[in-house]
Amino acid sequence: MATLDLQGVRKVFGATVALEELSLSIASGELVSLLGPSGCGKTTALRIVAGFEAPTAGQLLVDGEDFVGVPASKRNMGMVFQAYSLFPNMTARQNVEFGMRMRKIARDKCRARAEELLGLVGLAERVSNYPHELSGGQQQRVALARALAIEPAILLLDEPLSALDAKVRVDLRQQIRSVQTRLGITTLYVTHDQEEALSISDRIAVMSDGNLEQIGAPADIYRSPRTEFVANFVGLMNGFEGTLRAPDTVVIGAGDRPIRVNEAVGVAVGDKVLVLIRPESVQLEELADGASAPEGVIEAKVLMHTFLGSVTRVSLSSDLGGLVADVPSLRALTMPPDTRVAVRVDPVGVRMLKR
Amino acid sequence: MTDEVVSQQSNDDLMALETGAPVLTPEQVSRPRRSRRGRRGLLVWIPVIPFFAYTAFFMAVPVVVLIVKTFQAPGGGFTLDQVKALFSGQYRAAFVASIQVSVTSALIGTVFGLFVAYAAVHGRGPRWIQPVLTTFCGVASNFAGIPLAFAFVATLGSTGVVTLLLDHAGLDIYAHGFTLYSLIGLSLVYVYFQLPLMILVIAPSLEGLRKEWREAAENLGATQRQYWWHIGLPVLLPSLAGALVLLFGNAFSAYATPYALTGGGISLVPILIGSVLSGNVVITNPRLGDSLAFGMIVIVGITVLLYSLLQRRSAKWLR
Amino acid sequence: MSTAAPGARAATTSASILDRRSGRGRGKRRASFWTWFWLVLAALYFLVPLFSTLLFSLDTGVHQHGLKWYGKTFSDPQFWQTLELSFKIALETVIIGLALMVPTVYWIHLRLPQLRPAMDIISILPFVVPPVALVVGLSGAFQVMPWLLSNWWLILPLVYVILALPFTYRSLDAGMRAIDVRTLTEAAQSCGAPAWKTLLFVILPNIRTAMLGGAFLTLAIVMGEYTISSLLLFNTFAVYVYYIGNTQAYQASALAIISFALTWGAMMALFVLSRGRGRAGGVGQGAPVGR
Repeated sequence: MATLDLQGVRKVFGATVALEELSLSIASGELVSLLGPSGCGKTTALRIVAGFEAPTAGQLLVDGEDFVGVPASKRNMGMVFQAYSLFPNMTARQNVEFGMRMRKIARDKCRARAEELLGLVGLAERVSNYPHELSGGQQQRVALARALAIEPAILLLDEPLSALDAKVRVDLRQQIRSVQTRLGITTLYVTHDQEEALSISDRIAVMSDGNLEQIGAPADIYRSPRTEFVANFVGLMNGFEGTLRAPDTVVIGAGDRPIRVNEAVGVAVGDKVLVLIRPESVQLEELADGASAPEGVIEAKVLMHTFLGSVTRVSLSSDLGGLVADVPSLRALTMPPDTRVAVRVDPVGVRMLKR
Repeated sequence: MTDEVVSQQSNDDLMALETGAPVLTPEQVSRPRRSRRGRRGLLVWIPVIPFFAYTAFFMAVPVVVLIVKTFQAPGGGFTLDQVKALFSGQYRAAFVASIQVSVTSALIGTVFGLFVAYAAVHGRGPRWIQPVLTTFCGVASNFAGIPLAFAFVATLGSTGVVTLLLDHAGLDIYAHGFTLYSLIGLSLVYVYFQLPLMILVIAPSLEGLRKEWREAAENLGATQRQYWWHIGLPVLLPSLAGALVLLFGNAFSAYATPYALTGGGISLVPILIGSVLSGNVVITNPRLGDSLAFGMIVIVGITVLLYSLLQRRSAKWLR
Repeated sequence: MSTAAPGARAATTSASILDRRSGRGRGKRRASFWTWFWLVLAALYFLVPLFSTLLFSLDTGVHQHGLKWYGKTFSDPQFWQTLELSFKIALETVIIGLALMVPTVYWIHLRLPQLRPAMDIISILPFVVPPVALVVGLSGAFQVMPWLLSNWWLILPLVYVILALPFTYRSLDAGMRAIDVRTLTEAAQSCGAPAWKTLLFVILPNIRTAMLGGAFLTLAIVMGEYTISSLLLFNTFAVYVYYIGNTQAYQASALAIISFALTWGAMMALFVLSRGRGRAGGVGQGAPVGR
C-alpha cells in the first residue's frame, strides 16, 4: 500500500483560486477525510490526485514518485464517484470486471475476483443485475467493488454517500470503513458531512476556501478546533468573546462571569480570546421560583427545545447572549421553555482561540 | 351540466385523484355510488371529443379511404392485385430509388450529425455554440422544400457558384458525370435537412452520456478508444439506430425538394404519387396512386414505430 | 510539465488524456481540433448554399451586382398576393389549432392523464402519413363525400392543423406541465371560478409562451408548405416560389433568400421567447415539413 503526499499543490481556474498551496501527507493504510463545505476545494484536490486535473503548481508524490503529468489511466488508483458512475450497459459483474479486462487479466480470473469482491460488499446475489435495477446504495457498493478490483495502491472516494438516503448512508459508511481497514488500503475520502468524517476517518483535514484549516484525528478536531471555522463547521459550538484573566480563568463579556478552564494553550493572560464551549459541556440546573443564581454562575432562561432523540438541544438566552446546551432528553423534560436555569460549564469542554 | 355541478364535481374528482379516496359530502353519501361514477365517467370525456373527432376525420378517414381503395377490386370485392403491381416495373423502380436516396442521405446525415453534435455537446468549445447550433438547426430543417432546391441549384447547378469555383480550380465536376439531378445529387441536397434533424435528435442522448462514465473508465485504465468501444457506442446505439431510422422515414416522405429540383422528372415514390394527382400521364394505371400512397404509409409507419421503440430503449440508459 | 493554459475554463468536464511520453501538450488541445473541424465543416455545409444563393440573387448582369431581383420581387403583385394568402392561411391554422388544442390539452392534464400515452402516439401520426399520401386520401374522401367541396376555402387550414399537430401539442404539453395546471385550477376554483373562466383568465396567460411557440412553428410550417397546397391547386407562397423558379432563376434566388429570412425571423422570435420565459416549446423540434 502506498503513501500519498501533496506538497504545495495549487490550482487556479482562470481567475478563481480553487486550492491555495495544499500540503498533506497520508500514511500507508490510512483513511484521511477531506471535510469542508461546497467550494472549499476538496473535490478539486481529489481530482488532482486522480489525474483528472493538473495542478497549477506543486507536487504529488505517491510512494515518493511524482505523479504530476502521469495520465489518469495509468495511476492505478481506484475511484468511487458521487453517483451515476456505473456503466449502464453492463451488469454489476461486468462493471467490476472492467478494470481487470483493461489490464488484460484472464477472463476466468476476472470473473472469480469480481464475484469475490461483490460478495465482500454484500451483493453476491446481484451480480447479474444492471445498474438501473439496483438501488442507489447497491450501485455505490458495486462502484466500490469495481474500484477495488484493480488492486489499487490508493482508494479515492468523492462524496460517495451524498446522493443516498440517511439510513443507507450510515450503513454504507461503516461498510466502506470495514472494507478499507480489512484491505489496509490508503484512502482519501471527500465529504461535506462532518458526522461521516468523524465516524470513519483516521484523520480529518478540514478545508475552507481552498485552504487547509486543520488536520488531525477526529477527536482532536472535535475537541480542540484551532480555528473559528473548524469550531463552527464540526459540531455545534457556543462562542463568546472574552479575556483570559488568569491561567485557569477566562472572563466573558463585560467582566464578572468567570469560567474555569483547564489549560490555556497558546494564549497568555490578558489576551482577548474567543471562548468555545461545546453544548454537551453546558450543565443546567433548574432554579426554584424566586431564587437567583449563586455568585458568578450564569443565569439563563430556556427558550425552546429541539428534540434529537436521546438528547435534546435546549436553546437559552442569558445576559451574555444566546447559548445552546445538549441535555439528556429525560432530564430536559424537567425544564420546559420559560424555565429559569443556572448554567455551569464543565472546564474540560472549554477551548479558547486567540483573537 | 351547469357550472356549479362542474366545479363541485371537479373538486371531488381532483381530491379523489389526489388522495386516491373519494371525498363525499353528506348529501353525496346518501346518493348511490354507481350513478356518481356513471355521470363522472361520461361527462369527463366530452371536452376531448372535438379533438378526437377532428383527427379522426382529417387523418383517419383519408387513410381508411386509401386502404379501402387499395384493396378494392374494380367491381367490388377484395383484391391484392394493386399491391402486387407495386413490386414490378416503374413502381418497383420508384421504391428502389426512394429507398436508395433515403438510405444514403440517412447514413450521411447520421454520421455527419453525430460528429457535429458531439463536437457541440462534448467538444469543450465556447458556450454559445450549442444554443446557436440548435437554433440554426431549427431554421435549417424548416428551410427544406422549394427554396432549398433553388439554393442548391445556385450552389452546385451547372452554373452554380461552387461548380464554377471548382472549375476554376481545375475540377470540372459535370465532366465527371456529376449532376444535381441524380440520386447522389439528391442525397446531397437531402442532407441539408437530415443533418439538422439528426443533430436535434441525438444531442439529448449525447448529453445523457455522463462524464462520470468517461472518467470512471479512464480511472480503470481505459483509453479513449476502449471507452467508446465498450461503453460509449453501446449506450448510444439505440438512439443512433432510432435516429437513422427516423432520417430514413424523413427522406422517404420528401416531396417538395425533389420535385422542385427535377421538375417532377425523377422517379421517386412521392413524385409518382404527385403525378397521379396532377393528372400527368406518367403512370399507366391511376388507381395505383392509392396503392403507392398506401405503400408509402406502410414504410414510413414502420420507421416511426421502430423509432419510438428504439427511443424507449435508449431512455432506459440515458436518462 | 506546462501548467494550465491561460483562460482555462473552470470546472472542465472529462479529463484530458495526458500522454507523458508523447511530449505533446494536454489532450485538451487534441480534442479541440476535431471539435472545430466538425463545427466548421457543418457551418460550411450550411452556409455555402445560402451564400451562393445570395450571390445569385445579387447578380444583375455580367460582373454587375445589385438589388434588381429583390426589386422585381417586391414589385410583383403576385408576390404580395400569395404571401398574404399564405399568411392568412397560417393565421387561420394557428387559430383553429390553438382553439382545438388548448382546451384539449388542458382537460387532459387536468382530468384525463390516462390519455397522455394515446396523445403521444397521435402527435406522431402526422409524420406517419406523409403529406403526399394524405392528399391522396383526401381526394379519395372528396369523391366519397363531395359536400366537402363546399367548404373548400377552409380545407387548407384544416389540414395544416393536422400537419402542425406534433409541434403545437408538444409545445402546449410542455407549457402546461411547467406551470402545474392542477394546482392553479384548484386555486382558481377555491376562489369560485367556473372551469371556462379558469381556462381563460388563469391558464391562458400562463401558457402564453407555449402558445406563441406553437404559433410560430405553425407559421413557419405553413408558409413553407408546398406539397399539399400545390396538389390541391392553391396559389400559396410556396407555389409562387416554385413557379418563379421554373421561369426565372435569378429572381428565384432572391425569393429563396427572402424565404430563408422569413423562416429565420420566425425561429429567432421563437428562440427569444423561449429564452425569456424558460423552455416552453423548444426551438426547432422534430422533423421538417414541406420537404
